[in-house]
Amino acid sequence: MLKVENVVKRYPTGDLALNGVWLEVEQGQVVALIGPSGAGKSTLIRCINRLVEPTRGRVLLGGEDVTALHGAGLRRARRRMGMIFQEFALVERLTVMENVLSGQLGYVSFWRSALRRFPARVVAQAFALLERVGLAGFEDKRADALSGGQRQRVGIARALLQDPRILLVDEPTASLDPKTSRQIMRLMTELCAERRLAAIINMHDVPLALMFVPRIIGLRAGVVVYDGSADDLTPERLTEIYGEEDWTVTTRAKARRAAAADDGEGAEDEGEADGAVRSSVAQDEARMGGT
Amino acid sequence: MNAHAATPRVWRKPPFIADPRLRWAICLGALGYLVLSYATVTVNWGRVLEGMGRGAEFVLAFFRPDFVSRWGEIAEGFAESLAMTGSSTVLGVMVSVPIGLGGARNISVLPVYLVCRGIIALSRAFQEVIVAILFVAMFGFGPFAGMLTLAFATIGFLAKLLAEDIEAIDPAQVEAIRATGATWLQLINYGVEPQVAPRLVGLSLYRLDINFRESAVIGIVGAGGIGATLNTAFDRYEFETAAAILLIIIAIVMLAEYTSGYIRRRLI
Repeated sequence: MLKVENVVKRYPTGDLALNGVWLEVEQGQVVALIGPSGAGKSTLIRCINRLVEPTRGRVLLGGEDVTALHGAGLRRARRRMGMIFQEFALVERLTVMENVLSGQLGYVSFWRSALRRFPARVVAQAFALLERVGLAGFEDKRADALSGGQRQRVGIARALLQDPRILLVDEPTASLDPKTSRQIMRLMTELCAERRLAAIINMHDVPLALMFVPRIIGLRAGVVVYDGSADDLTPERLTEIYGEEDWTVTTRAKARRAAAADDGEGAEDEGEADGAVRSSVAQDEARMGGT
Repeated sequence: MNAHAATPRVWRKPPFIADPRLRWAICLGALGYLVLSYATVTVNWGRVLEGMGRGAEFVLAFFRPDFVSRWGEIAEGFAESLAMTGSSTVLGVMVSVPIGLGGARNISVLPVYLVCRGIIALSRAFQEVIVAILFVAMFGFGPFAGMLTLAFATIGFLAKLLAEDIEAIDPAQVEAIRATGATWLQLINYGVEPQVAPRLVGLSLYRLDINFRESAVIGIVGAGGIGATLNTAFDRYEFETAAAILLIIIAIVMLAEYTSGYIRRRLI
């Protein structure tokens, strides 16, 4: 569905952010993109919707070459790619509803959007989305009056109102506390499953990625160095992506996840020093299984 | 790090200019220039003494302002000035907004940016009085020349500050709107306008009272309004009438100041 072919990005400063990235994402598939700071994760997802212009290579969305588009064609392609941001990137002084409706800007005329007269069908969808992300009744609050988790929910609703085929997600949880981070990840993965949406999620938090995302892509110095299932991400693989470090704790979280998935609630009984972490992992698993 | 004894114990902030000779040369040069400039300003003490009396007369006139004997001219002058102020500010803001958008590097393209910055620089290069003299020569005496002058001056002020404000906005919000597939106009309407609107309103109100004050000044060179009335009063040595005019100007400026402050507080 989405193909990235040999994408290279060299910034005018001379920094080579991407050095020939290849990847493919199927419909409904959620992918976590991990890698050290400066590996090119943000650049890569911005090259896909051309907020950053790739120096070389092609991006194909549903067979159409996004890198060859201009003007109206590019805007049409962008509206099929919903974007979610680390700092939420809501328009602070606009209401929650205006922020959500801005997801439809690629579909409506300037005057409709300027007068805030969106089609009734779209407004109904926006209300339904707000309810789905748990913000029913928040439509007239200003975006800057919300908490971090609430803002990210608005960001998700905005991206979904674009009726996208893929979500490009840039560090969705980096500005959130651990509990809210999990809630947001759960919400995003649930929504992707409900709507058969693909997603590429940039993440720093490897354990969190392993908890929610089945496929991991590791990026180092602008090159894909790992592309496989979360289960196969061994300490050796993490060293390859990030460099030498003690990864046993990181993968133990992974092991716990597997254990929790195997014997369900039983994992809670064995809890000692890190029992709290373990049980919340188990809860996450239970909730995910329930939906 | 083996030599513990070698750890420095004294620290001074590094000087801004490293070379001490250059540093002192610049300081002494600046001081010398200052002394010489004061020395060239000659004061004619006889004239000052004579002028003191006239100044005192003028100040005293403030205690007995005469609103009555020239009221007709005063009222007409103020009506003209206020009309000039309002129309020039509205016209100036309407022209400034597109120029400000074009002059903001982050949302404009280079050729448009250069043209817009050129217009801003042109408007800022000429002081209101000089522009007024030009427009009076082109369009004749009266408030039309005055209105054009103030509208033109508004561009240099408002478009510049608006452009700078736009350049300082949060790029993430703009990026998010761009990612939805919005057109340029929608991008401005959703991503830029909400971020700069309060300041644009504040600057427009501020410019409104600048334009009012300037209308009094450019009237002196023939661009109509209360300035013309004020000039006539001075020419006739009618300090009481002049004082009345100045007091009304002060009252109006203060009123504008309080109103715009109130509106700005409500907006942000």
